Amino acid sequence: MSVRPVLLQGGRLLDPSTRRDEIGDLLVIDGRIAAVGGRLDAPDGTEVLDCRGQVVAPGLVDVHVHLREPGREDVETIATGAAAAAAGGFTSICAMPNTIPPTDTQSAVGFVIEKGRQAGFARVFPYGAISVGQNGEQLAQMGEMVAAGAVAFSDDGKPVPNSHLMRTALEYARTFDVVIAEHCEDMALGHGSMNEGRMSAKLGLKGIPSEAEEIDVIRCILLARRTGGKLHLCHMSTKGSVDLIRWAKDQGIAVTAEVCSHHISLTEDAVDGYNTNAKMNPPLRTAADVEALQRGVADGTIDVLATDHAPHHYDEKEREFADAPNGIVGLETALGVNITYLVRPGIISLATLIDRMSCAPARIFKLPGGTLVAGGVADITVFDPDASWVVDPARFKSKGRNTPYGGHTLTGRNTATVVDGRVVFRHP
Amino acid sequence: MTPALGKDLLGLAPLSAEQLRLILDTAEPFKEVSERQIKKVPTLRGMTVVNLFFEASTRTRISFEFAEKRLSADTVNVAASGSSVSKGETLVDTARNLEAMRIDMVVIRHPSSGAAKFLAERIESHVINAGDGMHEHPTQGLLDLLTLRDKLGDLAGKRICLVGDVLHSRVARSNIAGLRTLGAEVAVCGPRSLLPHGVEELGVTVFDRIEAAIEWADALNVLRLQLERMTAGYIPSLREYNRVFGVTSARLARAPRDVLILHPGPMNRGVEIDSDVADGPHSVILHQVTNGVAVRMAVLYLLAGARLAAGAESRT
Repeated sequence: MSVRPVLLQGGRLLDPSTRRDEIGDLLVIDGRIAAVGGRLDAPDGTEVLDCRGQVVAPGLVDVHVHLREPGREDVETIATGAAAAAAGGFTSICAMPNTIPPTDTQSAVGFVIEKGRQAGFARVFPYGAISVGQNGEQLAQMGEMVAAGAVAFSDDGKPVPNSHLMRTALEYARTFDVVIAEHCEDMALGHGSMNEGRMSAKLGLKGIPSEAEEIDVIRCILLARRTGGKLHLCHMSTKGSVDLIRWAKDQGIAVTAEVCSHHISLTEDAVDGYNTNAKMNPPLRTAADVEALQRGVADGTIDVLATDHAPHHYDEKEREFADAPNGIVGLETALGVNITYLVRPGIISLATLIDRMSCAPARIFKLPGGTLVAGGVADITVFDPDASWVVDPARFKSKGRNTPYGGHTLTGRNTATVVDGRVVFRHP
Repeated sequence: MTPALGKDLLGLAPLSAEQLRLILDTAEPFKEVSERQIKKVPTLRGMTVVNLFFEASTRTRISFEFAEKRLSADTVNVAASGSSVSKGETLVDTARNLEAMRIDMVVIRHPSSGAAKFLAERIESHVINAGDGMHEHPTQGLLDLLTLRDKLGDLAGKRICLVGDVLHSRVARSNIAGLRTLGAEVAVCGPRSLLPHGVEELGVTVFDRIEAAIEWADALNVLRLQLERMTAGYIPSLREYNRVFGVTSARLARAPRDVLILHPGPMNRGVEIDSDVADGPHSVILHQVTNGVAVRMAVLYLLAGARLAAGAESRT
């Protein structure tokens, strides 16, 4: 069954990958961008979206989400997660493998891909686990998983503590030219529930020092230097990590890094009052860390903005702080948070935002999209960069309601999402 | 009437100097009740108090129970073991079930920091924090303040040093908050591995050597060193702890003035404190225990007073 052509009319076509920034039309036919720029005529039966006042950009790509299926379908499914992604402007998401059981075989990879295809919202790309069962001991069958559609490997949720295994993974992955993504944490230092510092001293909570992350950052950077493997550092949270990554890039080491929307917008102060919706790992840090991360996004030390979308059942967050699980949802707030905290204050331009949320992640993970070129796949996000809105978690497509932004006013909101030439989301 | 303390007592950090003084002043007449032959006043007659203890406690639980009974409240004790908590019930469900039985107050001791606040935000009854994790133990802080005030007078400018495991100590956090609000100078002394990172930002001086702390202080509040701290690798051994940080009579003999000795209990004699110090002339450890009942009566009275007044208002 063929899909109606779509004409995105009169928007600001903004694509850093081709340095395009102009008012014009974009025509989509049969899942491809048929033409881009200028005034375009559409064939009969075309669905026309009035994009005046909106930005028309390559579809957003989130390389760090947790979809909880299989195992915790009560918390999120691949379908609800992909729907939340589409609502938030994401056309592709990469699902971390820490499900129950973990995605550590070709059949598990195939399950995620098939569920994603059935859902029909954002494209869903699975990560495979680095180690069998994510137990940090034996390398999982990467080759088979790549053949089945895995786009990268990670034991996210926890680090790969064994340096020999991390080294081997970086070496072995070179055959398939895929990234190894590390959740950076020295577990011996990491047994805490928030940033270690003034606020943890006040609240009497066990802290996680910055060094828990930074020690693993430099360990992996040095192993990437030794092996020539492609290293991707997940959810960076400290100034020290930014400094280490800047040094590594100066040395020519193949490292990329991501930061999450919450780490560039909130500090440990959000935890005050034992707010479990401000609990995640790595934890919210200090204002100095936030500023360094923002600067890192601006100067390219940080390549990618991600969400670490981590839905939890409200009962699990509704409890004593130390016992509540880590993580917050982010797919439906990330664009607004990033515009509010990075673009509006003038730290980065809209073009840089689109690079960090679309072009760069698509390039690093070799995913479709990330560009608006004639003949390319039609994965497109349309958003209003000036729309002001109040976050109402009850309206999320995600099953997760665990967000620290509930009731916050954000600027910038997705209005339409096109995946493979189909309009999968329109803001009502 | 505006409630003098608000709905709950969760910690000393949120309280003003006026509120702290009100509690201490209210405790004064209650001291006398416990000295009577018939140790009972009808103040809280008809009120129901639940003592909800998720952690082992002897001193604090008994002290609260005496305070409640001497004020004529009806009390129920719930311990985590042997209750629905050990069957996996969540804290919020436990609380809602208790409240459904129409209670007036909950005294909660819990191993998680923030648990008392969590409970207070979810039930209408008054909540008194009897120790939440490593956060606060406000009634212990208050009885320390009362004892220090009994012995030293006005606390403004007085020098109090907390000695030992400040990192894991809710007593330390309540002391630091309360003492600073009343104008005392506060220091901490202990191995750096048992002081919180960023402790200076709580507004305290840090002494690395116990000798320097003793030379400086008007009073030492000697914290309990839990035996698990050694197995968890914070200190090499209890013996070494005593040799480096123990409060001993030899060390106190070199002090330029008499130093008052407090300890929240239970003591490890021969570890953080030597027996001749604990039993010595400057020890006020049992005075603290006596004051504990009075201070808890004062807190119960002030919180209940708000409820009684609110009830009276709603009837008019």
